[in-house]
Amino acid sequence: MPGTARKATMAALLAGTVMVVPALGDESAELVIDGEVFVTRTEAPEHMDYISEISSGWLFRSAETQAVQMDDFDNPGMLYVDGGLEEWTNVDGSEGQSCASCHDDAESMAGVRTRMPQVNADGELWAMEDYINNCRTERMGAEAWGWESADMLNMTSMISYQSRGMPVDVQIDGEAAEYWEQGREMYYTRYGQLNLSCANCHEDNYGNMLRADHLSQGHVNGFPVYRLKWAGVGSIHRRLRGCISDTRAETFARGSDELTALELYVASRGAGLSVESPSVRN
Amino acid sequence: MAAAPALADVVAPGDVVFGEYGEVETSLTGVPGDSAAGREAFINRGLGNCLACHENSEMSDQPFHGEVGPMLDGVGDRWSEADLRGIIVNSKNIFPDTIMPAFYENAGFINTREDLIGETILTAQQVEDVVAYLMTLQD
Repeated sequence: MPGTARKATMAALLAGTVMVVPALGDESAELVIDGEVFVTRTEAPEHMDYISEISSGWLFRSAETQAVQMDDFDNPGMLYVDGGLEEWTNVDGSEGQSCASCHDDAESMAGVRTRMPQVNADGELWAMEDYINNCRTERMGAEAWGWESADMLNMTSMISYQSRGMPVDVQIDGEAAEYWEQGREMYYTRYGQLNLSCANCHEDNYGNMLRADHLSQGHVNGFPVYRLKWAGVGSIHRRLRGCISDTRAETFARGSDELTALELYVASRGAGLSVESPSVRN
Repeated sequence: MAAAPALADVVAPGDVVFGEYGEVETSLTGVPGDSAAGREAFINRGLGNCLACHENSEMSDQPFHGEVGPMLDGVGDRWSEADLRGIIVNSKNIFPDTIMPAFYENAGFINTREDLIGETILTAQQVEDVVAYLMTLQD
């Protein structure tokens, strides 16, 4: 078991000479925000063959990082949520409309994050960013936002926040099946000069240290995420690109069919975990 | 610095001869490995970065030892030089499903970053240097 192996290694390290070890979180900790208890570990979805329990990345972070997410006043991701709320009622584009013109209160977005990415009416798999830009260009007559733009990150953070605490529940069968299969194939494909698949680290080695990184199961239930390393909020596709680049591979573009399919598959591995957006990670 | 091998003496990545168990008996360069350079390649994130996955008490001055692969204390006792060379060149010959990258292969990868196509992670001499360093890790 990774946890046991780590404890043994930690003991070995402590018994040896002075060695700096990264601060590891308490994996039995409970994520509570404003009295609401989040599901950070639960039984793995049936489609997963090699893991019996899934664990939120929150459990793999240091106690300090965990604490930041537990307090909305400390969580820098909440500034993006506020930014998104402001934008929600902002009239933009040739049609004189804001998001609120059609969708009323932002609370009407509750549950949307749990279903993303989702197949649209034309049978294409769309991420939340695609739905937002479709609203902007088709209904508002406004410019599409860049995938990683401040406006987009504000809006995805705010919309995702409306689902905070609800379980991830993406569709993987029916019209979504072909995309899910594509994502699954990618998850187990070893890319790049380092010849690594997602599974090599996040299925076979979660719980282990990769130098200073404590490998998690790589769930996306906390996205958009405030990353200390980025000093800002970032999208799921930004994170997926980073991992793929680390294998010394050519990566895929934000919004590409490949990353959206991979997003669906990865999201499905976290089915049942609470949406934590905006989460805080290293 | 160790003397650079003459190019003609360097075994190209595709020409490495593996033994029955994946071991590589013959030096890739004919120039003895420099264990100090090998130790540096072990640590360096842009070279071997072996420390990312392997704990190694000999370098307890270094922070953040990985836990993905086996601990390497005494590895020079447990394996022969040919075994270690084979494991570094391409450990998948010995451990088929291993996560460990092949440090002296330059083909057969998917979507390799364009500037790295046809390149190996380590040079032939760097492989020899790391082998020389690992051989110093005795119980």
